[in-house]
Amino acid sequence: MKKLLLALATTAAVIGFSAAASAADKAKICFVYVGSKTDGGWTQAHDLGRQELEKALGDKIETQFLENVPEGPDAERAIERLARSGCGLIFTTSFGFMDATVKIAAKFPDVKFEHATGYKTGPNLATYNSRFYEGRYIQGQIAAKISKNGVAGYIASFPIPEVVMGINSFLIGARSVNPEFKLKVVWANTWFDPGKEADAAKALIDQGVDVLTQHTDTTAPMQVAAERGIKAFGQASDMIKAGPETQLTAIVDTWGPYYIKRTQALLDGKWETTSSWDGLKDGILTMAPYTNMPDDVKALAEATEAKIKSGELKPFTGPLKKQDGSEWLAAGASSDDGTLLGMNFYVEGVDDKLPQ
Amino acid sequence: MGIFEAILLTVITAATPLVLAAIGELVTERSGVLNLGVEGMMVMGAACAFIATQQTGSPYVGILAGIASGALFSLLFGFLTLTLVTNQVATGLALTILGLGVSGMIGEAYVGQSGIKLPQIVFPVLSDIPFLGAILFRQDLIFYLSIALVAGVHWFLFRSRAGLKLRAVGDSHSSAHALGVNVIRTRYLAVMFGGACAGLAGAQLSLVYTPQWAENMSAGRGWIALALVVFASWRPWRIVAGGYLFGAVSISQLYAQAFGIGIPSQFLSALPYLATIVVLILISHNRRTTLINTPAALGKSFVPDR
Amino acid sequence: MRIELERRPDVSKLFSILSPFIALGLTIFFGGIMFVLLGKDPVSALYSFFIEPLTEVWSLHELAIKAAPLILIAVGLSVCYRSNNWNIGAEGQFIMGAIAGSILPVVFHEWHSPLVLPLMMVLGMLGGALFAGIPAFLKAHLNTNEILTSLMLVYVAQLFLDWLVRGPWRNPGGMNFPETRTFDASAILPEMIASGRAHWGFGFAILAAILVWFMMRYTLKGFEITVLGQSERAGRFAGFSSRKMIWFSMLLSGALAGLAGIAEVSGAIQQLRPVISPGYGFTAIIVAFLGRLNPLGIVVAGLVLALTYLGGEAVQVSLQISDKPIRVFQGLLLFFVLSCDTLIHYKIRMMWYDLTKTTGEGAR
Repeated sequence: MKKLLLALATTAAVIGFSAAASAADKAKICFVYVGSKTDGGWTQAHDLGRQELEKALGDKIETQFLENVPEGPDAERAIERLARSGCGLIFTTSFGFMDATVKIAAKFPDVKFEHATGYKTGPNLATYNSRFYEGRYIQGQIAAKISKNGVAGYIASFPIPEVVMGINSFLIGARSVNPEFKLKVVWANTWFDPGKEADAAKALIDQGVDVLTQHTDTTAPMQVAAERGIKAFGQASDMIKAGPETQLTAIVDTWGPYYIKRTQALLDGKWETTSSWDGLKDGILTMAPYTNMPDDVKALAEATEAKIKSGELKPFTGPLKKQDGSEWLAAGASSDDGTLLGMNFYVEGVDDKLPQ
Repeated sequence: MGIFEAILLTVITAATPLVLAAIGELVTERSGVLNLGVEGMMVMGAACAFIATQQTGSPYVGILAGIASGALFSLLFGFLTLTLVTNQVATGLALTILGLGVSGMIGEAYVGQSGIKLPQIVFPVLSDIPFLGAILFRQDLIFYLSIALVAGVHWFLFRSRAGLKLRAVGDSHSSAHALGVNVIRTRYLAVMFGGACAGLAGAQLSLVYTPQWAENMSAGRGWIALALVVFASWRPWRIVAGGYLFGAVSISQLYAQAFGIGIPSQFLSALPYLATIVVLILISHNRRTTLINTPAALGKSFVPDR
Repeated sequence: MRIELERRPDVSKLFSILSPFIALGLTIFFGGIMFVLLGKDPVSALYSFFIEPLTEVWSLHELAIKAAPLILIAVGLSVCYRSNNWNIGAEGQFIMGAIAGSILPVVFHEWHSPLVLPLMMVLGMLGGALFAGIPAFLKAHLNTNEILTSLMLVYVAQLFLDWLVRGPWRNPGGMNFPETRTFDASAILPEMIASGRAHWGFGFAILAAILVWFMMRYTLKGFEITVLGQSERAGRFAGFSSRKMIWFSMLLSGALAGLAGIAEVSGAIQQLRPVISPGYGFTAIIVAFLGRLNPLGIVVAGLVLALTYLGGEAVQVSLQISDKPIRVFQGLLLFFVLSCDTLIHYKIRMMWYDLTKTTGEGAR
């Protein structure tokens, strides 16, 4: 038994080393996922980006990933394993990986790191994020046009700045069309639980909501909306298959172009620390086709999208008040990115309370 | 449709899988076997039911696949704990790990597909009764099955000879063995019944609750079902009470949020768990009645002497 | 074919040592087949899984980090299970221990002193013990089943932590992200040896295992636990109180789970976050039984289980596969280990009787 094991180990070691040698000439780009790569939402979008990267630069690079990595010490270990296995550039794709990435980046100065949706950078650690809220603004406008009751439902995951930003942007968009528009929020306290998301959708619809949007990852709310005959917005990926006659549009995360750009920079030796926060104009998020709505609404949505892309329209532009009625932005003033990235307050009109 | 009626319909959908998985586990535990693998069997049932439905286009085939997969998967547990007398607690937990892995593997190709929802079976005339009609007579097959199963299990356990034998096995396997009852066979059947019910509960998740497959979609419901068996102190109808209580509290917190009551959602989310504890305290103060209903041989392995 | 067990007159020494290796052999065989079916090289898969994590120093440190909470919790649980108290809420006690211990570095973050760290550990144990005290009280005095109460309290603890780090304890300088301030250096559990990041949590785990092993083996308390666990009646005749035992075992396991929690937070995470455990409290239940409820066995079992996580990642990286087959492989390993332990107490006999009856039809 022991001898057999030893023999197995030696052969394996030989195979392992030879594989490592052949891989050395290609740059290795690695990804750490918080969920499963087929979760139909957040992680899947990143994995599609990885596949796009492989397609584009496959002759010069190879990719590798670890999925379902829990945040905390496990993340630290997973990132370190990738760093040691010869990865040149490592993308860590969840906010919760921030401190783990910082620690490992300090330990491996020759490896480049990119952390999604965080705010800590270093000499070899960049951050990247997407202005999802631009899409939410368009959704808000569409909702205000479509809704007969003048109230939309918002299924939220956890109260972090990104989600709060989305809620605010949605309402600001909606109120730009209908100043009386209302928004009901339900916190599901999960990113991923089809059943609970469906329950939340039902709770909202039963209380008079006739347009639904979600910041959780499964298509369950879309299915409920389809069943109840109301309209809804998709999240993270195009959910049209779950509601062919229901989905108005969806915010589609498209990380591929960013991954290609940064990998190319690495190959060219031009990789630098950046804190990039791209939006619609850079193609890091795209809007799924505008469907199931009258032509004038579609035209409005397309016009708004064009204005956001050209920079003519910024969703967080005054006059805007906070929920408690205090002044936030004067007429014409736009919010700085710092406030948005740490956003922890509602704008006027949100029918919910944030935990403080 | 009134708001109350609407809430009740949501509660029924949320409670049905809990009731189903719990009633199966109740029978398993009444035979003296503690199977902590409910979560694993449930998620296997959900995956297999969804895959079969997508392949054949019939959710009824899906239901059968869910039941069969749950039963087969529990057989693995049965073989280990009954034939090889491994520790039941550890084996059950390992079954859950295996179930999550296997279901994720076989379901990978089906993520993101929109499934076929199990159709409602509408009873003529009865379904027109105001309020009750929509709640009780315009539901899907699995809901009717869940109620029928509870009634059936109650009858079986307390009114049939076979049920008496099963309870005897769960209370003292050596005496039951001495009386000529085949302990191992009884337990195998009870374990498979539990597996079949958990599989059916899984089928409800992927065919009724949310007609889709998502990895790990049972999201801890198997654990709640396990707790419900204890909550019910091993009595069938209390499973319904417990399942619907739990469902009602977890659903109403979502409605309360949408209504905008401004209490941190974490506290509201904790309510179902606290409510279950409080009610259990209230009903278990009488030590004797609790003891009577607890299967005395629960979790203990049996090897017949030869 | 039928399988029959025959109880051995004595526990087989040979098989208590051999059975894990038989299990390993079976896992390697069937796991190998699975990897072949997946179109992957089974040899390198098995190498990455079992051996690669043990060949590097950093990875050994990671092994200790991963195993520490599992061992600490499982050692406490073994006392519970041996005395027939079914605490399955160690996950919640782990969290509450972490919260209680973090009071100092989060709320009193300006206080730096060598006293901070020991106090944190004590508070962590207190927090875990008090939280386990709830099901203990309910069982001992209100006759409420501890399986349900301890499990339900896990969810309560998780939500409480979630609320804390998003609300009152949120880092004021952290851009409103859900985490507390990072602990000060004086509140961080130091590394055991300089070669890597394994912290003293592993030391606590080994120490706890040895102490509990000693207690179980050489003290009256250990005897009391065993007697009460085997038969409450017999225990009562011996003058032992099962009510006191409920309190003792639950508080002890709660304290150890709480210590695991604060050690993990202080040593490895260094702040509180909405989720601090990938289910250690539940995995530790398996560890407790894999270690045959023996504290020293638990040390081995904890290390083996930790290895399956590390090995799983190594395989994912070296073979480019998803983590699902790894979970299946892990499940297989657990099944085989559990089944092979049967050999310690029983002889297994295959009865081929119906084969002889059906000759002519061929073997089935």
